[in-house]
Amino acid sequence: MRRLLKGGISFFAGIALALPHLAWASGEAATNLVVVADTRRVTGVLKYIANVYNTDPWLFAVWAVVITALWGAILGFSMDFIMERSGLDLKSRKILEH
Amino acid sequence: MEWLYMYMPIAGVNIFWPGLVLIGFSVGTIGGFFGMGGAWMVTPGLNILGFPMAFAIGTDMAHIAGKSMISTMRHAKFGNVDYKLGFIMVIGTFIGIEVGAQLVMYLERLGRIDAVVRYVYVIFLALIAFMVFYDYAKAVKKKKAGVAEGERGTEGITWYKTFHKLNIPPMIHFKTAGFTCSAWLPSGISFLTGVLAGFLGIGGGLFRMPALVYLIGCPTHIAVGTDLFEVMISGLYGAFTFSLKGRIELVAVFVMLTGAAIGAQIGTVATKYAKGYGIRIAFGISVICCMISILLKQFGFSNISAVLILTTIGLMCVYISWIMFKGAAAELREKKAAKQAGNPLL
Repeated sequence: MRRLLKGGISFFAGIALALPHLAWASGEAATNLVVVADTRRVTGVLKYIANVYNTDPWLFAVWAVVITALWGAILGFSMDFIMERSGLDLKSRKILEH
Repeated sequence: MEWLYMYMPIAGVNIFWPGLVLIGFSVGTIGGFFGMGGAWMVTPGLNILGFPMAFAIGTDMAHIAGKSMISTMRHAKFGNVDYKLGFIMVIGTFIGIEVGAQLVMYLERLGRIDAVVRYVYVIFLALIAFMVFYDYAKAVKKKKAGVAEGERGTEGITWYKTFHKLNIPPMIHFKTAGFTCSAWLPSGISFLTGVLAGFLGIGGGLFRMPALVYLIGCPTHIAVGTDLFEVMISGLYGAFTFSLKGRIELVAVFVMLTGAAIGAQIGTVATKYAKGYGIRIAFGISVICCMISILLKQFGFSNISAVLILTTIGLMCVYISWIMFKGAAAELREKKAAKQAGNPLL
Protein backbone atom coordinates (compact mmCIF):
# COMPACT_ATOMS: atom_id res chain seq x y z
CA MET A 1 0.00 0.00 0.00
CA ARG A 2 2.87 2.34 0.92
CA ARG A 3 4.56 1.59 -2.42
CA LEU A 4 1.30 2.29 -4.22
CA LEU A 5 0.91 5.60 -2.38
CA LYS A 6 4.50 6.62 -3.21
CA GLY A 7 3.96 5.70 -6.85
CA GLY A 8 0.72 7.73 -6.96
CA ILE A 9 2.37 10.82 -5.44
CA SER A 10 5.29 10.60 -7.90
CA PHE A 11 2.83 10.22 -10.81
CA PHE A 12 0.79 13.31 -9.83
CA ALA A 13 3.94 15.34 -9.15
CA GLY A 14 5.27 14.36 -12.60
CA ILE A 15 2.07 15.50 -14.30
CA ALA A 16 2.03 18.79 -12.35
CA LEU A 17 5.62 19.51 -13.38
CA ALA A 18 5.16 18.50 -17.02
CA LEU A 19 1.93 20.43 -17.73
CA PRO A 20 3.28 24.02 -17.94
CA HIS A 21 6.12 22.93 -20.23
CA LEU A 22 3.77 21.06 -22.53
CA ALA A 23 1.42 24.05 -22.59
CA TRP A 24 4.25 26.46 -23.41
CA ALA A 25 5.25 24.27 -26.30
CA SER A 26 1.75 24.05 -27.79
CA GLY A 27 1.19 27.61 -29.12
CA GLU A 28 -0.57 30.92 -28.43
CA ALA A 29 -3.81 31.58 -26.57
CA ALA A 30 -7.08 31.97 -28.52
CA THR A 31 -9.05 35.24 -28.37
CA ASN A 32 -12.53 35.42 -26.79
CA LEU A 33 -15.57 35.25 -29.10
CA VAL A 34 -18.76 37.27 -28.57
CA VAL A 35 -21.93 35.46 -29.67
CA VAL A 36 -25.22 37.28 -30.34
CA ALA A 37 -28.47 35.31 -30.58
CA ASP A 38 -30.49 35.87 -33.77
CA THR A 39 -33.92 37.13 -32.62
CA ARG A 40 -35.27 37.70 -36.14
CA ARG A 41 -36.14 34.09 -36.92
CA VAL A 42 -37.83 33.10 -33.65
CA THR A 43 -41.08 34.04 -31.90
CA GLY A 44 -42.77 33.71 -28.50
CA VAL A 45 -40.82 32.05 -25.66
CA LEU A 46 -37.81 31.40 -27.91
CA LYS A 47 -37.65 35.10 -28.80
CA TYR A 48 -37.78 35.97 -25.08
CA ILE A 49 -34.94 33.54 -24.29
CA ALA A 50 -32.86 34.87 -27.18
CA ASN A 51 -33.44 38.46 -26.00
CA VAL A 52 -32.48 37.65 -22.42
CA TYR A 53 -29.35 35.91 -23.74
CA ASN A 54 -28.36 39.10 -25.57
CA THR A 55 -29.17 41.57 -22.81
CA ASP A 56 -28.73 39.97 -19.37
CA PRO A 57 -26.29 37.03 -18.99
CA TRP A 58 -27.05 36.59 -15.27
CA LEU A 59 -30.81 36.33 -15.80
CA PHE A 60 -30.17 33.95 -18.70
CA ALA A 61 -27.97 31.74 -16.47
CA VAL A 62 -30.64 31.66 -13.73
CA TRP A 63 -33.35 30.82 -16.30
CA ALA A 64 -31.15 28.09 -17.80
CA VAL A 65 -30.76 26.36 -14.41
CA VAL A 66 -34.39 26.80 -13.31
CA ILE A 67 -35.91 25.66 -16.61
CA THR A 68 -33.52 22.69 -16.94
CA ALA A 69 -34.29 21.51 -13.38
CA LEU A 70 -38.03 22.06 -13.88
CA TRP A 71 -38.14 20.22 -17.23
CA GLY A 72 -36.06 17.39 -15.74
CA ALA A 73 -38.46 17.08 -12.79
CA ILE A 74 -41.57 17.18 -15.03
CA LEU A 75 -40.15 14.45 -17.30
CA GLY A 76 -38.99 12.41 -14.29
CA PHE A 77 -42.42 12.43 -12.63
CA SER A 78 -44.20 11.75 -15.94
CA MET A 79 -41.97 8.75 -16.68
CA ASP A 80 -42.43 7.54 -13.11
CA PHE A 81 -46.20 7.64 -13.60
CA ILE A 82 -45.92 5.62 -16.82
CA MET A 83 -43.37 3.11 -15.49
CA GLU A 84 -45.44 2.33 -12.40
CA ARG A 85 -48.13 1.03 -14.71
CA SER A 86 -45.75 -1.48 -16.30
CA GLY A 87 -46.30 -4.02 -13.51
CA LEU A 88 -42.60 -4.15 -12.58
CA ASP A 89 -41.40 -3.88 -9.00
CA LEU A 90 -39.55 -0.56 -9.07
CA LYS A 91 -38.98 -0.17 -5.36
CA SER A 92 -36.68 -3.03 -4.46
CA ARG A 93 -33.70 -4.85 -5.92
CA LYS A 94 -31.07 -7.37 -4.84
CA ILE A 95 -27.44 -6.28 -4.85
CA LEU A 96 -25.46 -9.03 -6.55
CA GLU A 97 -21.82 -8.39 -7.41
CA HIS A 98 -21.27 -11.78 -9.14
CA MET B 1 -37.99 17.39 -45.08
CA GLU B 2 -37.63 20.87 -43.58
CA TRP B 3 -39.73 19.89 -40.55
CA LEU B 4 -36.92 17.59 -39.42
CA TYR B 5 -34.69 20.61 -38.84
CA MET B 6 -34.95 23.06 -35.97
CA TYR B 7 -33.39 26.51 -35.81
CA MET B 8 -31.16 27.13 -32.79
CA PRO B 9 -31.29 30.90 -32.21
CA ILE B 10 -28.19 31.20 -30.01
CA ALA B 11 -25.78 28.93 -31.90
CA GLY B 12 -27.32 30.16 -35.18
CA VAL B 13 -27.50 26.74 -36.82
CA ASN B 14 -30.23 24.46 -38.20
CA ILE B 15 -30.11 21.14 -36.40
CA PHE B 16 -31.57 17.74 -37.29
CA TRP B 17 -33.76 17.40 -34.15
CA PRO B 18 -34.38 13.60 -34.27
CA GLY B 19 -30.59 13.33 -33.92
CA LEU B 20 -30.82 15.31 -30.67
CA VAL B 21 -33.57 13.00 -29.36
CA LEU B 22 -31.43 9.97 -30.27
CA ILE B 23 -28.35 11.37 -28.50
CA GLY B 24 -30.49 12.13 -25.43
CA PHE B 25 -31.97 8.63 -25.47
CA SER B 26 -28.57 6.93 -25.82
CA VAL B 27 -26.88 8.95 -23.12
CA GLY B 28 -29.89 8.53 -20.84
CA THR B 29 -29.63 4.75 -21.22
CA ILE B 30 -25.85 4.52 -20.76
CA GLY B 31 -25.67 7.19 -18.03
CA GLY B 32 -28.48 5.60 -16.02
CA PHE B 33 -26.72 2.23 -16.17
CA PHE B 34 -23.15 3.37 -15.39
CA GLY B 35 -23.96 6.32 -13.16
CA MET B 36 -22.34 9.09 -15.10
CA GLY B 37 -23.23 12.13 -17.14
CA GLY B 38 -21.72 10.95 -20.41
CA ALA B 39 -20.07 14.18 -21.60
CA TRP B 40 -17.59 12.10 -23.61
CA MET B 41 -20.48 10.76 -25.69
CA VAL B 42 -22.67 13.86 -26.04
CA THR B 43 -20.05 16.43 -26.97
CA PRO B 44 -18.79 14.67 -30.15
CA GLY B 45 -22.39 13.77 -31.05
CA LEU B 46 -23.52 17.41 -30.86
CA ASN B 47 -20.44 18.48 -32.77
CA ILE B 48 -21.27 16.02 -35.57
CA LEU B 49 -24.86 17.34 -35.74
CA GLY B 50 -23.45 20.81 -36.38
CA PHE B 51 -22.95 22.58 -33.06
CA PRO B 52 -19.71 24.54 -32.63
CA MET B 53 -17.52 22.82 -30.00
CA ALA B 54 -17.97 25.49 -27.29
CA PHE B 55 -21.77 25.19 -27.58
CA ALA B 56 -21.57 21.40 -27.63
CA ILE B 57 -19.81 21.40 -24.22
CA GLY B 58 -22.14 23.96 -22.56
CA THR B 59 -25.32 22.38 -23.93
CA ASP B 60 -24.08 18.99 -22.82
CA MET B 61 -23.58 20.24 -19.23
CA ALA B 62 -27.20 21.45 -18.90
CA HIS B 63 -28.52 18.28 -20.51
CA ILE B 64 -26.49 16.16 -18.07
CA ALA B 65 -28.05 17.98 -15.10
CA GLY B 66 -31.63 17.33 -16.28
CA LYS B 67 -30.92 13.76 -17.35
CA SER B 68 -29.21 12.89 -14.06
CA MET B 69 -32.20 14.29 -12.20
CA ILE B 70 -34.50 11.84 -14.00
CA SER B 71 -32.12 8.89 -13.38
CA THR B 72 -31.55 9.85 -9.72
CA MET B 73 -35.30 9.88 -9.09
CA ARG B 74 -35.53 6.29 -10.35
CA HIS B 75 -32.38 5.11 -8.52
CA ALA B 76 -33.63 6.71 -5.28
CA LYS B 77 -36.77 4.54 -5.46
CA PHE B 78 -34.57 1.43 -5.69
CA GLY B 79 -32.63 2.64 -2.63
CA ASN B 80 -29.45 3.11 -4.66
CA VAL B 81 -28.67 6.66 -3.50
CA ASP B 82 -26.73 7.31 -0.29
CA TYR B 83 -27.63 10.97 0.24
CA LYS B 84 -25.31 11.43 3.24
CA LEU B 85 -22.34 10.21 1.20
CA GLY B 86 -23.51 12.28 -1.78
CA PHE B 87 -23.74 15.53 0.19
CA ILE B 88 -20.32 15.01 1.82
CA MET B 89 -18.80 14.36 -1.59
CA VAL B 90 -20.51 17.34 -3.23
CA ILE B 91 -18.45 19.74 -1.08
CA GLY B 92 -15.15 18.11 -2.11
CA THR B 93 -16.29 17.91 -5.74
CA PHE B 94 -17.13 21.63 -5.94
CA ILE B 95 -13.85 22.77 -4.39
CA GLY B 96 -12.00 20.30 -6.63
CA ILE B 97 -13.79 21.48 -9.81
CA GLU B 98 -12.88 25.10 -8.98
CA VAL B 99 -9.22 24.17 -8.38
CA GLY B 100 -9.20 22.19 -11.66
CA ALA B 101 -10.80 25.10 -13.55
CA GLN B 102 -8.26 27.54 -12.09
CA LEU B 103 -5.47 25.20 -13.22
CA VAL B 104 -6.93 25.26 -16.73
CA MET B 105 -7.14 29.09 -16.67
CA TYR B 106 -3.51 29.24 -15.57
CA LEU B 107 -2.41 26.89 -18.33
CA GLU B 108 -4.58 28.76 -20.85
CA ARG B 109 -2.72 31.96 -20.06
CA LEU B 110 0.46 30.12 -20.98
CA GLY B 111 -0.93 28.89 -24.30
CA ARG B 112 -3.28 26.33 -25.88
CA ILE B 113 -3.65 23.32 -23.66
CA ASP B 114 -5.83 21.02 -25.75
CA ALA B 115 -3.08 18.46 -26.24
CA VAL B 116 -2.14 18.47 -22.55
CA VAL B 117 -5.74 17.92 -21.49
CA ARG B 118 -6.14 15.05 -23.95
CA TYR B 119 -3.00 13.28 -22.73
CA VAL B 120 -3.99 13.61 -19.06
CA TYR B 121 -7.45 12.30 -19.99
CA VAL B 122 -5.94 9.29 -21.78
CA ILE B 123 -3.58 8.47 -18.89
CA PHE B 124 -6.40 8.44 -16.35
CA LEU B 125 -8.73 6.46 -18.60
CA ALA B 126 -5.98 3.87 -19.05
CA LEU B 127 -5.58 3.66 -15.27
CA ILE B 128 -9.33 3.17 -14.77
CA ALA B 129 -9.52 0.49 -17.47
CA PHE B 130 -6.53 -1.30 -15.93
CA MET B 131 -8.15 -1.14 -12.48
CA VAL B 132 -11.48 -2.55 -13.74
CA PHE B 133 -9.98 -5.50 -15.61
CA TYR B 134 -7.32 -6.22 -12.98
CA ASP B 135 -10.07 -6.30 -10.35
CA TYR B 136 -12.16 -8.67 -12.45
CA ALA B 137 -9.23 -11.01 -13.19
CA LYS B 138 -8.28 -11.07 -9.50
CA ALA B 139 -11.88 -11.76 -8.43
CA VAL B 140 -12.22 -14.62 -10.93
CA LYS B 141 -8.89 -16.11 -9.75
CA LYS B 142 -9.98 -15.91 -6.10
CA LYS B 143 -13.35 -17.42 -6.91
CA LYS B 144 -11.72 -20.34 -8.72
CA ALA B 145 -9.45 -20.84 -5.72
CA GLY B 146 -12.58 -20.99 -3.57
CA VAL B 147 -11.89 -17.78 -1.62
CA ALA B 148 -15.19 -16.18 -0.55
CA GLU B 149 -15.07 -12.87 1.26
CA GLY B 150 -17.82 -11.15 3.22
CA GLU B 151 -21.39 -10.52 2.23
CA ARG B 152 -20.47 -9.09 -1.18
CA GLY B 153 -18.89 -12.36 -2.26
CA THR B 154 -15.44 -12.62 -3.84
CA GLU B 155 -13.86 -9.28 -4.64
CA GLY B 156 -10.70 -8.51 -6.59
CA ILE B 157 -9.42 -5.11 -5.50
CA THR B 158 -10.15 -4.32 -1.85
CA TRP B 159 -8.15 -1.10 -1.38
CA TYR B 160 -11.15 0.45 0.33
CA LYS B 161 -10.64 -1.89 3.30
CA THR B 162 -7.26 -0.25 3.96
CA PHE B 163 -8.77 3.23 3.58
CA HIS B 164 -11.59 2.35 5.98
CA LYS B 165 -8.95 1.73 8.66
CA LEU B 166 -8.04 5.45 8.64
CA ASN B 167 -9.30 6.52 12.03
CA ILE B 168 -9.42 10.30 11.63
CA PRO B 169 -12.53 11.87 13.23
CA PRO B 170 -15.31 12.44 12.41
CA MET B 171 -16.11 8.79 11.65
CA ILE B 172 -19.44 8.50 9.80
CA HIS B 173 -21.69 5.53 9.19
CA PHE B 174 -23.28 5.44 5.74
CA LYS B 175 -26.41 3.38 6.20
CA THR B 176 -27.42 2.86 2.56
CA ALA B 177 -23.88 2.09 1.37
CA GLY B 178 -23.34 -0.07 4.46
CA PHE B 179 -19.95 1.01 5.83
CA THR B 180 -18.31 3.35 8.33
CA CYS B 181 -15.31 5.49 7.49
CA SER B 182 -13.64 8.80 8.21
CA ALA B 183 -15.50 11.73 6.59
CA TRP B 184 -12.12 12.79 5.20
CA LEU B 185 -12.00 9.75 2.90
CA PRO B 186 -15.01 10.63 0.65
CA SER B 187 -14.19 14.36 0.96
CA GLY B 188 -10.58 13.85 -0.13
CA ILE B 189 -11.41 11.48 -2.97
CA SER B 190 -14.22 13.69 -4.27
CA PHE B 191 -11.80 16.64 -4.16
CA LEU B 192 -9.27 14.74 -6.30
CA THR B 193 -11.89 13.53 -8.80
CA GLY B 194 -13.30 17.10 -8.81
CA VAL B 195 -9.89 18.55 -9.72
CA LEU B 196 -9.71 16.10 -12.62
CA ALA B 197 -13.27 16.93 -13.72
CA GLY B 198 -12.62 20.69 -13.59
CA PHE B 199 -9.33 20.29 -15.42
CA LEU B 200 -10.77 18.11 -18.17
CA GLY B 201 -14.06 20.04 -18.43
CA ILE B 202 -16.28 17.01 -17.77
CA GLY B 203 -18.86 16.11 -15.12
CA GLY B 204 -16.48 13.67 -13.44
CA GLY B 205 -18.71 10.58 -13.24
CA LEU B 206 -16.18 8.68 -15.31
CA PHE B 207 -13.68 8.98 -12.44
CA ARG B 208 -16.05 9.18 -9.47
CA MET B 209 -17.94 5.95 -10.16
CA PRO B 210 -14.81 3.70 -10.03
CA ALA B 211 -13.46 5.77 -7.12
CA LEU B 212 -16.68 5.10 -5.19
CA VAL B 213 -16.33 1.37 -5.83
CA TYR B 214 -12.58 0.78 -5.42
CA LEU B 215 -11.45 3.52 -3.02
CA ILE B 216 -14.53 4.27 -0.92
CA GLY B 217 -16.04 0.78 -0.92
CA CYS B 218 -19.57 1.30 -2.22
CA PRO B 219 -21.43 -1.67 -3.71
CA THR B 220 -21.61 -1.08 -7.48
CA HIS B 221 -25.36 -0.29 -7.53
CA ILE B 222 -25.06 2.29 -4.72
CA ALA B 223 -22.02 3.82 -6.46
CA VAL B 224 -24.07 4.26 -9.65
CA GLY B 225 -27.03 5.93 -7.86
CA THR B 226 -24.93 8.14 -5.56
CA ASP B 227 -22.74 9.25 -8.42
CA LEU B 228 -25.76 10.28 -10.48
CA PHE B 229 -26.97 12.36 -7.55
CA GLU B 230 -23.62 14.16 -7.58
CA VAL B 231 -23.59 14.53 -11.36
CA MET B 232 -27.01 16.19 -11.09
CA ILE B 233 -25.74 18.84 -8.67
CA SER B 234 -22.43 19.48 -10.43
CA GLY B 235 -24.30 19.51 -13.78
CA LEU B 236 -26.62 22.29 -12.56
CA TYR B 237 -23.59 24.26 -11.42
CA GLY B 238 -21.93 23.63 -14.80
CA ALA B 239 -25.10 24.74 -16.61
CA PHE B 240 -25.03 28.00 -14.64
CA THR B 241 -21.38 28.80 -15.38
CA PHE B 242 -21.62 27.89 -19.07
CA SER B 243 -24.83 29.93 -19.42
CA LEU B 244 -23.04 32.88 -17.89
CA LYS B 245 -20.33 32.46 -20.53
CA GLY B 246 -23.06 32.33 -23.19
CA ARG B 247 -22.11 28.89 -24.50
CA ILE B 248 -25.38 27.01 -24.15
CA GLU B 249 -28.30 26.27 -26.48
CA LEU B 250 -31.38 25.83 -24.28
CA VAL B 251 -33.68 24.65 -27.09
CA ALA B 252 -31.36 21.71 -27.79
CA VAL B 253 -31.27 20.85 -24.07
CA PHE B 254 -35.06 20.43 -23.93
CA VAL B 255 -35.22 18.32 -27.07
CA MET B 256 -32.41 16.05 -25.81
CA LEU B 257 -34.00 15.71 -22.38
CA THR B 258 -37.17 14.33 -23.94
CA GLY B 259 -35.16 11.43 -25.39
CA ALA B 260 -33.11 11.11 -22.21
CA ALA B 261 -36.26 10.69 -20.08
CA ILE B 262 -37.04 7.40 -21.85
CA GLY B 263 -33.42 6.22 -22.02
CA ALA B 264 -32.84 6.94 -18.33
CA GLN B 265 -35.70 4.60 -17.38
CA ILE B 266 -34.21 1.76 -19.45
CA GLY B 267 -30.68 2.28 -18.11
CA THR B 268 -31.74 2.63 -14.49
CA VAL B 269 -34.16 -0.30 -14.44
CA ALA B 270 -31.51 -2.44 -16.19
CA THR B 271 -29.26 -2.09 -13.10
CA LYS B 272 -31.90 -4.08 -11.22
CA TYR B 273 -31.28 -7.10 -13.44
CA ALA B 274 -27.50 -6.67 -13.86
CA LYS B 275 -24.80 -8.00 -11.57
CA GLY B 276 -22.24 -5.58 -10.13
CA TYR B 277 -19.31 -7.09 -12.04
CA GLY B 278 -21.35 -7.02 -15.27
CA ILE B 279 -21.77 -3.26 -14.86
CA ARG B 280 -18.06 -2.85 -14.06
CA ILE B 281 -16.88 -4.79 -17.13
CA ALA B 282 -19.21 -2.95 -19.52
CA PHE B 283 -17.98 0.28 -17.94
CA GLY B 284 -14.34 -0.78 -18.50
CA ILE B 285 -15.01 -1.52 -22.19
CA SER B 286 -16.64 1.92 -22.63
CA VAL B 287 -13.65 3.57 -20.96
CA ILE B 288 -11.24 1.82 -23.36
CA CYS B 289 -13.28 2.91 -26.41
CA CYS B 290 -13.37 6.47 -25.05
CA MET B 291 -9.59 6.40 -24.56
CA ILE B 292 -8.92 5.10 -28.09
CA SER B 293 -11.23 7.72 -29.59
CA ILE B 294 -9.34 10.53 -27.81
CA LEU B 295 -6.03 9.16 -29.06
CA LEU B 296 -7.40 8.94 -32.62
CA LYS B 297 -8.55 12.56 -32.39
CA GLN B 298 -5.17 13.64 -31.08
CA PHE B 299 -3.45 12.11 -34.11
CA GLY B 300 -5.85 13.72 -36.60
CA PHE B 301 -8.28 10.85 -37.21
CA SER B 302 -11.38 12.78 -36.11
CA ASN B 303 -13.79 10.90 -38.36
CA ILE B 304 -12.67 7.45 -37.19
CA SER B 305 -12.82 8.74 -33.61
CA ALA B 306 -16.43 9.86 -34.08
CA VAL B 307 -17.35 6.53 -35.70
CA LEU B 308 -15.82 4.64 -32.77
CA ILE B 309 -17.70 6.73 -30.19
CA LEU B 310 -21.01 6.35 -32.03
CA THR B 311 -20.51 2.59 -32.48
CA THR B 312 -19.71 2.20 -28.77
CA ILE B 313 -22.81 4.19 -27.84
CA GLY B 314 -24.99 2.12 -30.18
CA LEU B 315 -23.69 -1.26 -28.98
CA MET B 316 -23.89 -0.29 -25.29
CA CYS B 317 -27.48 0.89 -25.77
CA VAL B 318 -28.43 -2.42 -27.39
CA TYR B 319 -26.69 -4.39 -24.58
CA ILE B 320 -28.34 -2.37 -21.77
CA SER B 321 -31.78 -2.46 -23.42
CA TRP B 322 -31.39 -6.23 -23.83
CA ILE B 323 -30.61 -6.65 -20.10
CA MET B 324 -33.60 -4.48 -19.17
CA PHE B 325 -36.20 -6.07 -21.44
CA LYS B 326 -34.99 -9.62 -20.75
CA GLY B 327 -35.09 -9.01 -16.97
CA ALA B 328 -38.45 -7.23 -17.09
CA ALA B 329 -40.01 -10.01 -19.20
CA ALA B 330 -38.74 -12.66 -16.76
CA GLU B 331 -40.10 -10.71 -13.78
CA LEU B 332 -43.52 -10.27 -15.38
CA ARG B 333 -43.61 -13.99 -16.28
CA GLU B 334 -42.78 -14.90 -12.67
CA LYS B 335 -45.48 -12.59 -11.36
CA LYS B 336 -48.03 -14.03 -13.75
CA ALA B 337 -47.11 -17.60 -12.79
CA ALA B 338 -47.29 -16.72 -9.08
CA LYS B 339 -50.70 -15.13 -9.57
CA GLN B 340 -51.98 -18.22 -11.38
CA ALA B 341 -50.60 -20.38 -8.57
CA GLY B 342 -52.57 -18.24 -6.08
CA ASN B 343 -49.64 -16.31 -4.60
CA PRO B 344 -50.04 -12.75 -5.92
CA LEU B 345 -47.63 -11.31 -3.34
CA LEU B 346 -44.62 -12.77 -5.15
